Amino acid sequence: MASIWVFVQEDSGAPSSLGLELLTKARSLGDVTAVYLGAGGDSQFATLGEYGATNVLHASAGDALPSAPVAAALAEKASSDQPDLILFGQAYTDRDVAGRLAARMGVGVLSNASDVRLVDGGVETDHEIFGGTQIAVASASGSPSIVLARPKSFAAEPSGGNAPAVATLELSDAGSSAARVVESHVEEREGPQLGDAAVVVSGGRGLGSPEAYELVEKLGKQLGAATGATRAIVDAGWVPYAKQVGQTGKTVKPDVYIAAGISGAMQHLVGMKDSKTIIAINKDPDAPIFSVADLGIVGDVHNVLPKLIEALENR
Amino acid sequence: MKVVVCVKQIPDPATPYTLEEGTNWLVRPSEQVLDDTDRYGVEMGLQLAQANDGTVTLVSMGPAGNNQGVRQALAMGADKAILIDDSDLRGSDALTTARVLAAAIKEEGFDLVIAGTESTDGYSGVVPQMISELLDSPALTYATKVEIGDGKVKIHRQTVAGYDEVEASLPAVVSVTAGVVEPRYPTFKGIMDAKKKPVENKTLADLGVEADASQKVKEINDAPSRTGGQKIEDEGEAYQAIVSLLEERKVI
Repeated sequence: MASIWVFVQEDSGAPSSLGLELLTKARSLGDVTAVYLGAGGDSQFATLGEYGATNVLHASAGDALPSAPVAAALAEKASSDQPDLILFGQAYTDRDVAGRLAARMGVGVLSNASDVRLVDGGVETDHEIFGGTQIAVASASGSPSIVLARPKSFAAEPSGGNAPAVATLELSDAGSSAARVVESHVEEREGPQLGDAAVVVSGGRGLGSPEAYELVEKLGKQLGAATGATRAIVDAGWVPYAKQVGQTGKTVKPDVYIAAGISGAMQHLVGMKDSKTIIAINKDPDAPIFSVADLGIVGDVHNVLPKLIEALENR
Repeated sequence: MKVVVCVKQIPDPATPYTLEEGTNWLVRPSEQVLDDTDRYGVEMGLQLAQANDGTVTLVSMGPAGNNQGVRQALAMGADKAILIDDSDLRGSDALTTARVLAAAIKEEGFDLVIAGTESTDGYSGVVPQMISELLDSPALTYATKVEIGDGKVKIHRQTVAGYDEVEASLPAVVSVTAGVVEPRYPTFKGIMDAKKKPVENKTLADLGVEADASQKVKEINDAPSRTGGQKIEDEGEAYQAIVSLLEERKVI
């Protein structure tokens, strides 16, 4: 049976939802070891077991930035245990550990995968390209295979597995590669979060000015929705990066996605095209966003949104 | 202080990208542009170099073409560029890219390496981390703020919940997000000066790195496509169609 390692990070005291998605996928591929980064504990390890991990390698980095010491320890452990595949998510610390680990072991990384299969002598992965209109099938030789999968590529489902066997992954000082986390800041988060909201309202360049993003926020409030943005207006500094939906931002799959003043650049479509229902408002009748929208309004967001908000307020 | 900024020349994102038949490599025209996300790294490098009596060297890998993208970064104010263009590097994966860039950076010498978090055309998102491992240096990633002082670099590292203050001793590798600084536009003088700035060309053999072709794109298939639905021209009342659909979906 193939041996699959899955990197799972702790998030607010529990295994991250991304980690649980990856565990669910991994257990269909082979015997699963969760590489768990965080404080950990019996209930966290039990959750890892419920999602398919039979073994846990537990690492706790203290105030060290985890990437260098975790990659070093994993490289050593992987050289002796020889897993077939090490699966990470396309997320901040996952990318840091995977990149350093791959360079250390001299193997490649397949990034942004939407699916992964084991084949003779390695792995095969799917990658959405050109705004998700096409799928590139990639393969890599080298051992172990290291894959980064996009969030929400797999639905997290418990398997009812037993408590796993837990071992500690000892971390050493990273020497010249060491970095220290001096302080963590939690930014005030109000209302539903992008990743798990049932409704998402996003704005793009068509809003015309940073002030007009208020329309998106007002509509979001009326619908109990999370608010998002395109890379264009994040880069322009209108809204923080945490709101970015797309290839280099968050992937969302809400029940309803409302795109206001968004033309539908490839980089944005990849992050939202799997929403159940898409509503788009844009001035340009030829905007690519209309090719994925269930309802397209060809019009100015400055006219349509205030009327929509008013109609919802009066209900 | 020696600042090295990794930059990439990419096909203009405003033009449709195409793949070469057979290899499935991205077609790269001779005129490429500076990846927009690299302008933040170049600006950050220029500001830190100016404040710390330093220089900014650009390192770039890929087909040179007419070098317009690198010239754009030089026109912003970088001092010189090292460009690794070798036909054996076509179709390279992230690890080969990192090996090439790390070898060039090591040869040049550095106190601080700056890169974007991912390129717009490849977006593997792991090259800065790989470079840091190959240089035995810390990787301070996803920086929204960067400061240098007392032989240390301190950043604000973007996290899911907010940000972490992270610090490490120099030399170090930093990856910056868009928005870390406001990139300057090249001045006319900058553009003229850029034409005279040194661009050093290197090959794989110069750096003693071997291309590794362990990754392949086997095939390209059409994705199950989603088709557009109803499209309405707004004449003042189109918002009602949205209200109806939201009711139908039980959102309201």
